[in-house]
Amino acid sequence: MRTRRQVVGSCVAALMGGACGQSPERSRSRAPQAEAAGPSRVVIARDPSLGSGGGADSAHLAKLLDRAMQAFYNVDDALEAWRRLVRPGETVGLKVNCLAGKGASTRPALVEAVCERLQQAGIRARDILIWDRLSEDLESAGYRIATGRDRIRVMGNELLGYEDELSSFGSAASLLATALTRVCDAVINLPVLKDHGIVGVTLAMKNLFGAVHNPNKYHPNTGDPYVADVYMLPPIRRKVRLAICDAIAAQYQGGPSYMPQWSWPYRGLLVARDPVALDYTGWQIIERERARRGLKSLKEVGREPRWIATAARHGIGTNDPARIQALEV
Amino acid sequence: MKRLGIVSLLALIAVACVRREPDPFPTGDEAAGWVKGRGRTFPASELWRYVDGDAERYLQAGIERTVTAEYRYRGQFEAVADVHIMRSPEAARRIFASEPAAGSRPVEAGEAGRSYGPSLTFHRGRYFVRLVAYEESAEAAEALRALAAAIDRRIQVARR
Repeated sequence: MRTRRQVVGSCVAALMGGACGQSPERSRSRAPQAEAAGPSRVVIARDPSLGSGGGADSAHLAKLLDRAMQAFYNVDDALEAWRRLVRPGETVGLKVNCLAGKGASTRPALVEAVCERLQQAGIRARDILIWDRLSEDLESAGYRIATGRDRIRVMGNELLGYEDELSSFGSAASLLATALTRVCDAVINLPVLKDHGIVGVTLAMKNLFGAVHNPNKYHPNTGDPYVADVYMLPPIRRKVRLAICDAIAAQYQGGPSYMPQWSWPYRGLLVARDPVALDYTGWQIIERERARRGLKSLKEVGREPRWIATAARHGIGTNDPARIQALEV
Repeated sequence: MKRLGIVSLLALIAVACVRREPDPFPTGDEAAGWVKGRGRTFPASELWRYVDGDAERYLQAGIERTVTAEYRYRGQFEAVADVHIMRSPEAARRIFASEPAAGSRPVEAGEAGRSYGPSLTFHRGRYFVRLVAYEESAEAAEALRALAAAIDRRIQVARR
């Protein structure tokens, strides 16, 4: 028996998919969780006692994650929050960002905490896939590749493959990773808070460049409209349910590669369903740090992330500060 | 026939020169305390696989390829050494100069070098080198300077 809300959600999902004939894989997917009414909530959870280096204490990190999730879902119990996000039987993908290797990638301790909570919420280990563009990126960031079907899998797109047919929207035409299209029912996006030498910042939306075969084609014109257009590809819109941004150590200059001299300990996590609101909020955090350090704004150096506004115009979410509820906990 | 022979000989010499590209990464006692791990090579056309968006500025400056190696220092911390082999010394100098010097100190490595503490850059000839340690300490900064000096020596030998 499905609730009215679930039925409506499925209909919205079908519309977002742009097709009525949904495959079984597609029909399992929950609706995209766009916040059409009311403000887009962005939780900023910080812990000043958290170590910012590679050895960020995992127990502290798990507590911070719980606090962020409880605040985002406005519940007293962290597990209740996870149960609202995923359902037992679903295959959940964790899209990490590991291109920069250790130092500026989604830290394994955070992903471990997410995996633990997912399992406590009823997701089997074998139904969790940690994935990124290349296995060697994952290894560089400290993950161990695991392909066995009886455990949490950790794999790059080169192992799982890409679709044979192009998906397209606007300026984007790409082969999508099968991790996204076939393996996972739901995706949790785990980007890193950092500067990007061409597109300004790389956060939630840009992280999905790791789901296409040709991200190198999408950097002209400071990524506008490419970043927004890639995010419009239906499986991305339909399956990415939440973004949990690793902002334990953030970077305000010199990204996306790791440049320790331009990193700072933010000691936080950003959680949002609306990737535009999250990216706008993260961008402002980076701008404030740049200003504090006497650096010019991204606009002044020709790297304003205009694609965030384009994404808002596409209807992915909002970049209007008046419609973003930034909740600091 | 004689001309063909000369052309073939020149071609062989050219190929031999290209293949003689040295390994810039020190091993063993060349850089005390450092142990070399995995190494990788990225031609210009594949550089995006390594540094994604960061590749653009190297391509614009004129890069041939990047070789990179992982290192570990006395079992205490890890580092990565990137050697970007540019098309010309001017391209290497341009990349070096394009990065903000704020917060850095000059170091004796290459034709010009900077230490930012946990990272270090220098250029020599058409080589632009970046070292990054996953550790912020005086010891890490000192160890990076030693590694930079060893890489610099290898580059100088290669250029002779």
